[in-house]
Amino acid sequence: MSTVIERPRSNRWLLWLVVSLAVVGALALMVDDWGQLWKISSAPDNIPIVMMIPLVVFFTWLGLKQSKDNDKLVGELEEDPALAKSHHRKTQPWRPGWARELHVWPYLVRVEFLAAIIVTIILFVWSILLNAPLEEPANPNLTMNPSKAPWYFLGLQEMLVYFDPWIAGVVMPSLLLVGLMVFPYVDSNPLGNGYYSWRQRRFAVSMFLWGFFMWIILIIIGTFIRGPGWMWFWPGQTWDHNRVVFDRNRDLHEIVAGWGLPFLNLYPWKAIFGAVVVGVVFVTGGLFFHWLMLRRRLEWADIKSPARLKGWAKKNGEFEEKLLARTSILQYLTFQFFAITVLWLFPVKLLLRLLFTIKYIWVTPWFNV
Amino acid sequence: MEPERPEGNGSGESGELAPKGRGAGLVSRARAQGLALKERAEAEAKTYKDPQQTQLWKSIFRVSHDRSDPRNRSLAILSNVFLHLHPAKVNRDATRYSFTWGMGGITFYLFIVLTFTGILLMFYYHPTKVQAFRDILYLEHDVPFGKLLRNMHRWAAHLMIITTWLHMFRVVLTGSYKRPREFNWCVGVVLLVLTLLLSFTGYLLPDDQLGFWAVTVGTNMARSTPMLGSEGPFGPQMGMTPFNDVRFGLLGGSIVDSNALLRSYIWHCIGIPVVASLFMAVHFWRIRKDGGISGPAPVMLESEMKAVKK
Repeated sequence: MSTVIERPRSNRWLLWLVVSLAVVGALALMVDDWGQLWKISSAPDNIPIVMMIPLVVFFTWLGLKQSKDNDKLVGELEEDPALAKSHHRKTQPWRPGWARELHVWPYLVRVEFLAAIIVTIILFVWSILLNAPLEEPANPNLTMNPSKAPWYFLGLQEMLVYFDPWIAGVVMPSLLLVGLMVFPYVDSNPLGNGYYSWRQRRFAVSMFLWGFFMWIILIIIGTFIRGPGWMWFWPGQTWDHNRVVFDRNRDLHEIVAGWGLPFLNLYPWKAIFGAVVVGVVFVTGGLFFHWLMLRRRLEWADIKSPARLKGWAKKNGEFEEKLLARTSILQYLTFQFFAITVLWLFPVKLLLRLLFTIKYIWVTPWFNV
Repeated sequence: MEPERPEGNGSGESGELAPKGRGAGLVSRARAQGLALKERAEAEAKTYKDPQQTQLWKSIFRVSHDRSDPRNRSLAILSNVFLHLHPAKVNRDATRYSFTWGMGGITFYLFIVLTFTGILLMFYYHPTKVQAFRDILYLEHDVPFGKLLRNMHRWAAHLMIITTWLHMFRVVLTGSYKRPREFNWCVGVVLLVLTLLLSFTGYLLPDDQLGFWAVTVGTNMARSTPMLGSEGPFGPQMGMTPFNDVRFGLLGGSIVDSNALLRSYIWHCIGIPVVASLFMAVHFWRIRKDGGISGPAPVMLESEMKAVKK
């Protein structure tokens, strides 16, 4: 069925190479203290994170590559109903007469056996080359600075910067886990079950990627950027234990009160103001996700022409509307709740804090957000 | 198999060959019997040349794996306690590495590695404030391969977290959490949490500064649990103090000390592994019951999407 298409040889890779080398070079020039950078990234317990970054990049590529292949096949079959009837509908090769199933012994068992051997070898080599860390004996009178949670919990520890501990340490993780668990129940799309696809599941996949990458970015911030006193040190900046940062951590209502609305500094106005702002964030988040889930695929041509881009932003996709029609109100509201709190409120809070040093957006006598 | 006895053997009644006299008869009889025994032993020994035909072998391995007919290949899986979680046959494209990335299987394999190295480590470790740190030094410097053992346990634990995440990532990208596998996804989320907790409880055990402060930071968050923590919203109103709140329950005290070490040890070595094993059993069993591996499935088309039943 397949025909070999000769593609013109492109030199685009050369351009990419030059650009990425330039970026790496520029970043390297910004590094002030290579020793510090090496110290952080070679700390034995940080090796998994250093290792995880290329792994995540590789597997994202591997997954999206297979999605692209499947999407191409779906596109061909959509246009040719006759082919859709006769095609075996996979990108993997198949010929009439080939068995659709193989015996697990030996075809699967040998793969598993090989995987076990490879993992064992990796573990042995890793364990011979690198020692597990062991610091001085535990001493409650000598606080480690920075004292960090294990790397996989650094995301939570980093959240402590943006939220009060009961939100960062208890509510957010719970929401994250419950949000993960409801994921299959709010995804009403019947397509893409058991094969890689981007075309048919853009919204679901991008929502997960958003959360997954956010988690990994928080870990990277917690590992490579947070130094003594949990202060922000750019990679390559020396961890100065005597550094003092004059952060003007203000609450949002204080800033707005400074614009000629002094009553906002008083109860109950500041609590009401905060509730309104949080409400606005929730509503804009909801509108954003609603808008995003109805977008059809953004094509290269759309980006090039402003008129087409406007059309893309305004007109709902046909397939996407069908999917929304399949979604029950309960599914929709559940999704919106978790998406807004985990995927929207959190980045908003992060940016407000990091860019504008705003501490709370909602202050009440009982809790602060 | 009984080797056939030569004719007239041992009876001593074949008069022609037998020499005269009582003594001579005894010798020849014994010689004939000895020869017969030798022949019998030789015949028997021939049957041992194929170990797979012995009673011992057959009692252990219920089927022969050396022939490759479909029946034997199926039986190799079905009649083996370790392999019977697998189906006899599998989607031909599912054996490709690129579809599953093998991450679920590797995660389970790492759990086995961790159990194995963990049990060995337990022989050298006392969860007490006096001995814990010294035991680690002992492991590193005196126990044969002790350092390797500890390193492997540590790195396998880190690797297991990464493979768990990548497994979850793959399941999302292939839409494998969709009907009928929704529940198994939830079991998987629980297993993810248990994996993180297993690693976290192990972090304290060397009783060094790293573990101590990591666990201090981690459990300090528990102070702020709403209603159950002494510093959480509505905690004081519920009567919570640092000496009866949820953090106290986790640590067995108000500071990270000997009780915390013991609790951590028991959760790490017994509590969580038992719970995790139960969830794993359900997780694997449900994979089979939900129809085995999800793909690579034939693609569905947007134009084939059925209308919702209302």
